Amino acid sequence: MKFVDEFRDPRLIRQASEEIRRLADPSRHYRVMEVCGGHTHAIYRFALADLLPPNIELVHGPGCPVCVLPMGRIDDGLSLVDRHGVIFTTFGDVMRVPGRRGSPLEHQARGAEIRMVYSPLDALKLAREHPDRQVVFFAIGFETTAPSTALTVKRARELAVTNFSVFSNHVTILPAIRAILDSPDMRLDAFIGPGHVSTVIGARPYAFIARDYRKPVVIAGFEPLDLLQSIVMILRQLQSGRAEIENQYNRTVPWDGNLPALRALADVFELRPYFEWRGLGFISQSALRLRPDYAPWDAEARFGVPGIQVTDPKAAQCGEVLKGVLKPHQCKLFARECTPELPVGALMVSSEGACAAYFNYVHRRSAATAG
Amino acid sequence: MCLAIPGQIVELASGGHLATVEVSKVRRTINIDLLEPPAAPGEWVLIHVGFAMSRISAEEAAEQLRLLAMLGEDAQAMAELDGYRFDEPLGRRPS
Repeated sequence: MKFVDEFRDPRLIRQASEEIRRLADPSRHYRVMEVCGGHTHAIYRFALADLLPPNIELVHGPGCPVCVLPMGRIDDGLSLVDRHGVIFTTFGDVMRVPGRRGSPLEHQARGAEIRMVYSPLDALKLAREHPDRQVVFFAIGFETTAPSTALTVKRARELAVTNFSVFSNHVTILPAIRAILDSPDMRLDAFIGPGHVSTVIGARPYAFIARDYRKPVVIAGFEPLDLLQSIVMILRQLQSGRAEIENQYNRTVPWDGNLPALRALADVFELRPYFEWRGLGFISQSALRLRPDYAPWDAEARFGVPGIQVTDPKAAQCGEVLKGVLKPHQCKLFARECTPELPVGALMVSSEGACAAYFNYVHRRSAATAG
Repeated sequence: MCLAIPGQIVELASGGHLATVEVSKVRRTINIDLLEPPAAPGEWVLIHVGFAMSRISAEEAAEQLRLLAMLGEDAQAMAELDGYRFDEPLGRRPS
């Protein structure tokens, strides 16, 4: 419990931890999935597992956008630079994700025009500054970032910017949760719902998880106390045989979500019939592409992409880790061939990836103790 | 990319869409089209990739800053905020 003292209110943390021990039935094993990569990061950073009894297992979910992106999409995006000479822009998290012939950062080092941006609006600005060049924004993220891409595309249309387009890899969280619930090896008891995605979609769309699958969902904030309280709420539901959607992050998540954001999404995007998720395979209606009305700003419609399929390196077990079947350190490559400095799989790239979080907070710490 | 950065709105831009926010004495321009009802100066918001996504209280903003520091993401958050360039007139940062 070495981190307890730096928590905002250590007394409340201890109380929540004790309440969890009191509520947990010692004859049961609980498997609770935290869907969001931000939660995964916080759980490892604060060593929250140390505050839980051993029969409560936290399973890391698919809510890390770069982690679930198939390698072929990186290659498809980079093909636009090689074949069409576009300026490729994307968020920092994507820059180090390996493609078959290197990451965007490595392409940049070889002289390709690849720019990191902090906002899709920065990519649009770049296009306006370079009217003689095509600028592509490699868009990625769940419902937290998709509305920003949507508004940027609308802005490009308003300003009649014709040299800007979006290569959309936006995905939606609910079909992935459904796919996990439908998978035959599913042994989850409950979900900690994502905080920031839910500020956009609200709490209401999770209702099917409680209604059809009888699993509790508690949407949680990111502080250690938020996460512990959400586990208390989950255990109370399980103990009384309830399956409900509860909102621990009430202060920021409205029940109906962010309406202007939902309107922007509906206006600009439509669901793809199916999309590949790394580790989870093809999931129907799980990703967003631009509507035909916005085809001039859709990089896939404008340029066409090869549709590269890449099988992950055989030894890497990203899929098993993503599904929660393996813990990060149980992968054969973990901390050997695959490290945050030289990642093989995307789970080792992003701070929200389970492998990077495990490496930085558990592996390094135990290595330091051992040394 | 999924960082949520708290900021206080200090001024609304005249053309709509944008506002100036202040975080730890750094002032930057963000987009406020996703706030309904529209934002007002003095309010605190959570910012994702240049867009205000939700309103928060001053206390929650302070908690969020503290959380970012504890997660080791505060420098990254400030770099992101400092990196937004979409408000500047065209051509000011030729590259």
